[in-house]
Amino acid sequence: MPRRVVRTEQAPAGDARQDDLDLTQVAVIVDEGDAHGSLIALLQRTQNKFGYVPESAVDEIARLTAVPASRIYGIITFYAQFSTVPSGRHKIFVCHGTACHVAGATRITEALEQELDVADGKSTADMEFNLGSVACMGACSQAPVMRIDEETYGNLSADHTRKAIRELVKELGLEARYPGLASAGSKGRGGGDA
Amino acid sequence: MPEPTGAPAAGVKVAVSAERDGKRRVSVCAGTACVFAGSMKVREAFVAEVEAVGLRDEVEIAIIGCHGLCSQGPLAVVSDGETYYPRLKVKDVKRIVQEHLAGGAVVEKLLYVDPGTGARIACAHDIPFYSQQTRIALRDVGVIDPEDLGEYVARGGYEAARKALTTMPPDEIVDEIVASGLRGRGGAGFPTGTKWKFARASPGDVKYVICNGDEGDPGAFMDASIMDGDPHAVIEGMVIASYAIGAHEGFIYVRAEYPLAVRRLRLAIAAAEARGFLGADVFGSGWDFKLKIKEGAGAFVCGEETALIASIMGERGMPRKRPPFPAVSGLWGKPTNINNVETFASVSWIIAHGAAAYAAVGSETCKGTKAFSLAGKVVNGGLAEVPMGSTLRHVIFNVGGGIKDGREFKAVQLGGPSGGCVPASLLDTPVDYESLAATGAIMGSGGMVVADDTTCMVDLARYFLRFTQNESCGKCVPCRLGTKRMLEILERITRGRGRDGDIASLELLASTIKNTSLCGLGQTAPNPVLTTIRYFRDEYEAHIAERRCPALSCDALIAYTIDPEACTGCTLCAKKCPVDAARGEKKQPHTIDQELCIKCDACRAACKFDAVNIVSGPHAIAAAVEAQRTA
Repeated sequence: MPRRVVRTEQAPAGDARQDDLDLTQVAVIVDEGDAHGSLIALLQRTQNKFGYVPESAVDEIARLTAVPASRIYGIITFYAQFSTVPSGRHKIFVCHGTACHVAGATRITEALEQELDVADGKSTADMEFNLGSVACMGACSQAPVMRIDEETYGNLSADHTRKAIRELVKELGLEARYPGLASAGSKGRGGGDA
Repeated sequence: MPEPTGAPAAGVKVAVSAERDGKRRVSVCAGTACVFAGSMKVREAFVAEVEAVGLRDEVEIAIIGCHGLCSQGPLAVVSDGETYYPRLKVKDVKRIVQEHLAGGAVVEKLLYVDPGTGARIACAHDIPFYSQQTRIALRDVGVIDPEDLGEYVARGGYEAARKALTTMPPDEIVDEIVASGLRGRGGAGFPTGTKWKFARASPGDVKYVICNGDEGDPGAFMDASIMDGDPHAVIEGMVIASYAIGAHEGFIYVRAEYPLAVRRLRLAIAAAEARGFLGADVFGSGWDFKLKIKEGAGAFVCGEETALIASIMGERGMPRKRPPFPAVSGLWGKPTNINNVETFASVSWIIAHGAAAYAAVGSETCKGTKAFSLAGKVVNGGLAEVPMGSTLRHVIFNVGGGIKDGREFKAVQLGGPSGGCVPASLLDTPVDYESLAATGAIMGSGGMVVADDTTCMVDLARYFLRFTQNESCGKCVPCRLGTKRMLEILERITRGRGRDGDIASLELLASTIKNTSLCGLGQTAPNPVLTTIRYFRDEYEAHIAERRCPALSCDALIAYTIDPEACTGCTLCAKKCPVDAARGEKKQPHTIDQELCIKCDACRAACKFDAVNIVSGPHAIAAAVEAQRTA
């Protein structure tokens, strides 16, 4: 029987999910593994299941596969795809490929950091958004581009980006949690206060 | 030898879109850039409108892989006369359906406008971007529905593999590839036939063939376009290779960021297996070949073949010393042949049309064609395949249509983080491995990012160094620490804290890293810095000595100010400014508060009077701020 490992003291801030992990899922994933036992594929399926690779799942994989946890962490930390902390519900990816870089991708990331009060690579305090960068999405002719969940945005300017995120926050009914963004949004009338 | 199925001897020009069951057809581009531009909504609109006018049974709405001219997306091609409709909006669809599909008249107003002549061009083949290309690897990309094996077969697909497996001894196939002169399209340019010969000669019953689809160079998307636009071309090339070298198992290693390619390849593998083109007893020849997909997990270094092999085995993707080469000891210690996506896509063409036809295209040392992804400050961004030996000028100006917004060409970045920047004075350099290496850049996998006078070369070098520094696996010291020191110096320079001697330090570090790193990633990492120092030394010097960024791009060295003469006091900049730095009374010249300004460019982008200026250098900034203040 798979052991149920619960480590509340190590749960990342803002995450209540770690307690409720169903580690029997890990056993199913390990059982499905192919003959050549690729740890990467195993971890990919684990991350698909939980949204990240929780510490307790790593312990469970180590126990079931007899691979030391240290080696599993070696793989997790080597590949950009894996995360050991939960990530915000809505995933924002700003492309930082060469074409997007020369078209001003840095300004897109900065605009989002400011609007959502979150650093690149991190999630917002309420775990609604995760802001990330990717090396290239291959949509270079629409540079700069970003993706929010399944929605894609091309030919962006900092201004378009702010508008897009404000609209999304409004759509999700989250304005109250992002006061900085709401005040910036209502600022349109101002400007004559010098 | 059986004749290949009715195709021209060399270089297919832009192909005619496939037709199914004699139906008329609208092909909507579902390449990545078009999807970003909204092509899926356009497709839905076509389906709905065709239904509305009762043409559902006569007109098919199909999707195609990247059609090529990404900057004109979303685009669709109507099979009557290959009519090309670029930059479509959902509201345009109704008109095309009613006037063209139902009424039989081309919608003039929606046709492509040639930026050079201003003339409208109806047929895709007549657009210079396409007519200037020679397509071999990309022959079916943007022509067929990548999710329909029948379309690939209808255009002669899998005939090459059938011919190879049922009529050619393996040695003859290897000889054919050797004779074609095909060289590895992943960037290094090693002769493919020779590689196959080594793998074939390696003793052992168990061998592997791997397709490297870990296209990691930022700004490169050719391999993605082939994998998601014509997956069977890759699979067919791999079937041929498996038989030629004696491998019964193969893997396609696909980059984590390409979910569409993974999906299409999976569909393609299943379809090919069902038809007996893959799996047991391929084409009834008795040959077994099992093909699997391995998804990468986000590590640039896995594009290096020994790192890729480690990654397939589920390990950290760290390169190891060669020899032994993978052809002798690769995946699980067995002889392994690795080729790139474009290489495999070319293999099936060579077997179908013969080595001589392939060798007739290209230059003396480099045969065939090379696909490039053209991006950056170029008019026609997209996929371009040209004969080897074409000049950079041909690719950027004839195919690419020159520089956007009438600005000036400054450099073209080739080969991504391992490559370099080639300046205007070298635009007549032919595209081949040796000529490009002589400029200090490399052919690379085919990313071509064009820079104009607003692109800072020091910043571009810093960008690539940050990339390689992030992606350095850490195994060898020169790459792990050397690139970090280089990045620190470059960051200092772009932040206006450059010092005398920085350029010499960069050059010394660069030569050490090049000479002592373990793998290609480290050995080529200094290239972006070395080429920019070589061709744009004055920009480095301006940053260091004058605290000035000539391209007006480095945030720490520039200031946004408003020209009081040009400002009408329309208040638009103040409305757009996210931090209240731009302000002023209505109808009075506005000012930008330098303390508050975050240099987001919103004011300059919004200004209709060109009143917002960017200035660089302490003296220029002081003067512009003073002019603002005293107005």
